[in-house]
Amino acid sequence: MANDAPPSSASADTPETIGERIVLDDLGIRRCLMRIAHEIVESNADLSELYVVAVPNGGVPLARMLVDNLAQVSECEVPLGILDTTLYRDDLVTRGMRPRLRRTEMPSSVDARVVVLVEDVVSTGRTIRAAMDALMDFGRPSGVKVVALVDRGHRELPIKIDHVGKNIPTQPGEAVVLRGSEVDFEGDLEVVVQARRVRDSRVEHRAGQMERGA
Amino acid sequence: MPVSRVLIRGGRVLDPASDHDAIADLLIEDGQIAACASLIPAEDCDVIDAAGLWVAPGFVDMHAHLREPGQEYKEDIASGGRAAVAGGFTSVVCMANTDPANDDPSVTQYILDRAAKDSPARIHPIAAATRGLAGEVMTEMAALCEAGAVAFSDDGRTIMDTAVMRHVLEYSKLVGAAIVVHAEDCGLRGSGAVNEGLTATRLGLPGNPAAAEEIMVSRDIRLVELTGARLHVAHVSAAGSVELIRQARERGLQVTAEVTPHHLTLTDEATLGFDTSTKMAPPLRSQHDVTALRAALTEGVIDAVATDHAPHAGYEKDVEFTGAPDGIIGLETAFAVVNDLVQQQEICPLELMRRMSTNPARILDLPAGTLAARAPADVVLLDPERCWTYDPAKGYSKSRNSPWAGQQLTGQVMATLVGGRLVYRNGDGVLFR
Amino acid sequence: MIGQDLLGIENLEREQIELILETAERMQEIGAREVKKVPTLRGHTLVNLFFEPSTRTQTSFEIAGKRLSADVVNFSASSSSLTKAESLLDTGKTIDAMDPDAVIVRHKVAGVPQRLADVLEAPVINAGDGAHEHPSQALLDMLTVSQEKGRIEGLTVAIIGDIAHSRVARSNIYGFTKLGAEVRVAGPPTMLPARVEALGVKAYTSLREALDGADVVMALRIQNERIAGACFPSVREYSATFGLDRVKLRYARPDAIVMHPGPVNRGVELSHDLADQRPSVVLDQVRNGVALRMALLYLIAGRRSAVERG
Repeated sequence: MANDAPPSSASADTPETIGERIVLDDLGIRRCLMRIAHEIVESNADLSELYVVAVPNGGVPLARMLVDNLAQVSECEVPLGILDTTLYRDDLVTRGMRPRLRRTEMPSSVDARVVVLVEDVVSTGRTIRAAMDALMDFGRPSGVKVVALVDRGHRELPIKIDHVGKNIPTQPGEAVVLRGSEVDFEGDLEVVVQARRVRDSRVEHRAGQMERGA
Repeated sequence: MPVSRVLIRGGRVLDPASDHDAIADLLIEDGQIAACASLIPAEDCDVIDAAGLWVAPGFVDMHAHLREPGQEYKEDIASGGRAAVAGGFTSVVCMANTDPANDDPSVTQYILDRAAKDSPARIHPIAAATRGLAGEVMTEMAALCEAGAVAFSDDGRTIMDTAVMRHVLEYSKLVGAAIVVHAEDCGLRGSGAVNEGLTATRLGLPGNPAAAEEIMVSRDIRLVELTGARLHVAHVSAAGSVELIRQARERGLQVTAEVTPHHLTLTDEATLGFDTSTKMAPPLRSQHDVTALRAALTEGVIDAVATDHAPHAGYEKDVEFTGAPDGIIGLETAFAVVNDLVQQQEICPLELMRRMSTNPARILDLPAGTLAARAPADVVLLDPERCWTYDPAKGYSKSRNSPWAGQQLTGQVMATLVGGRLVYRNGDGVLFR
Repeated sequence: MIGQDLLGIENLEREQIELILETAERMQEIGAREVKKVPTLRGHTLVNLFFEPSTRTQTSFEIAGKRLSADVVNFSASSSSLTKAESLLDTGKTIDAMDPDAVIVRHKVAGVPQRLADVLEAPVINAGDGAHEHPSQALLDMLTVSQEKGRIEGLTVAIIGDIAHSRVARSNIYGFTKLGAEVRVAGPPTMLPARVEALGVKAYTSLREALDGADVVMALRIQNERIAGACFPSVREYSATFGLDRVKLRYARPDAIVMHPGPVNRGVELSHDLADQRPSVVLDQVRNGVALRMALLYLIAGRRSAVERG
């Protein structure tokens, strides 16, 4: 999933896109990830401890790019893992449909490594929270860093992003998505902000909870 | 004391006994039919407006389980009698598988005593054919007839010993009563819970093949040939049985048969949700069988519609399918269900009334099933077009095991008179004590 | 699918089967971890309501639930005493009143899970009912075949043995035909149910013909105690005609795999070596069972009312 928003698989709240604008094109995305690669190299003394872990789906092509960039910048082969966070989500109880699971592939141990989590769009911080919990089930990393291509704000948890591609302030009704010109993030990538007309069951659910609480 | 007079005015009077099917007024005096004519003056009469309704002899159910004595938690004569008149039945024949079984004149007498006090419908007991329904030693048929038994049956069970069955049939000629058989080869049925076929295969439930019935119908017909007795085949369910009965009648044998509303209208596919209200013996069969049964009823190869009203408590049916007792209730839905044959134009109203009243009365030699002058004024008023939704909880039976629960049916009993007395009126309910 | 019952494969759509299988493949990764537990169903209660003992299936569901962090309660009950003491539906309602998020039901009589599902608010997962269905077994069989063969579409699957009394056969017939495999059933004529071909399979009484060109050979368990003497004359004759060994297996494709829902009567349905050695995949079936049941619980567990409120 491209961001923290609920999955679109629940058809009842499939949002209707009523307009969109491109905020990062393929070149812009590549520049961001090169800069982030440099930042990571600068801030980590021992690059052999690094372990890049992508949060699918959008994090996967970005993490691949990042691993390539790190190899280019430092001649260091950083392992790449994929970590699905779905089973660690905090909203599974309240949804009518459980989201499809994505593949998890963790080829090396995370023990005593600095894990660099890569996500495409960070907003509430809930996915990063889930990713950190998932990570701990694979061992005891010596540190965790977070890379986000886009930080769109609206944080709900105390999650800090270590390396941001671009800050894009958005309205709550807007969505930020990473997409490829072809399916499965193949071809040129771009980040778009979409204005949406949503029937957001999460919002309604929270409103209901508050009423019950009061 | 003044003569009581009731005038049923303007209905379509259907009297199979006299082949009468026309709009007419029906006059009842002192509990008997007095006249059937057009425009009878309504002097000193209670008038029942029957415009748009069918007026027919009260139905005769030749196959019901009223459960008294012994299983009053399922039904008793009072509740069963009320359910009967609510369903248009003015005479009900109750089966012998009570507890104790009706295999002794004292039980027969008990049932009749209860009926006289408690039941708005006339009750006629069928006595057991063998003691304890065990299929071994025949009952005292002469004494039982003396006490009021109208026929003999081990219904629910088959007399598997052919020699015993032969003697039962032979001996019954002494009293001239029919032997009513539940035809089902116990061994072949085995644990069969639904009709053997695709439905049983899909459900993974043990099948009960149509051959289990056909084999016994065939055997009993051979025994009728051997003995010259009268045989009545209860709840025919299979097309093959229909053929055997047809051939027997063509040979001039005294073989009659009945079919239930459910076997006429439902197939084994009704069981696909594992509803135990679709479990009965014999089981619901295929569309092929249903088609054959409907044709046989229309043609007259099957003489009568009988409910096989078999009440069971909810907790008895709320168990695993194979553990649930067989049978469903049917007194209050019988007319609406079989009215489908009229709606589908497979049978005319007069002939349907014949199969629900005149024929069963004839087979059991009961004074019913006719609107002739001086006959007991057992009358039913029916609205064949009226739609209603059946709710067993609002019915008179103590039990609720019906596959039609919650379903919309067409055709409703509007009033029932027994001996000239209004005992049921739609809207008011049973008017008895 | 949250809150929906899983009563059988017959009423599942192909897409639902594929979603379950895909989810199970993802769940397999958890089984390979050192810490085989995820927090997904924390606070969820699952009840194993087994009226008929089945150590394998019950354990598999229990492990699956626990790997998802659900609380799993085992409620074993002898069906005979239950029918007398309280009605089946009363038992179900009693358990439902304790607010479980799923009730996993095994019963020796067909239809019990369906009847319970009619009155329970919690979703009911059928863990085997009489000779009706055993959906989780068929799904794990499909998962095993699709991973062994890389596909299901176009395969030929031969199911051998007591088809008439087998819930595994029925569920697999529905499942494999829905996914585009050719399904054959074979057994003594007394063990082929009425009109079985109407389910979309070919029926054989010759093992050799049934195996000809088969990619998958699935042997069913013979319930000795119940069937012997009634449906076949002796175990010896059954084993000689329908028992699988490496010689008879030559009728099938050279790369055919052998499956069995277990527990195997060694030397009856399968020869001793075929019970656990290649091309037998019997132990893979068991292993896949946990992941498959995790997938089911992930997709289904949750009370209907909670879903509606959400």
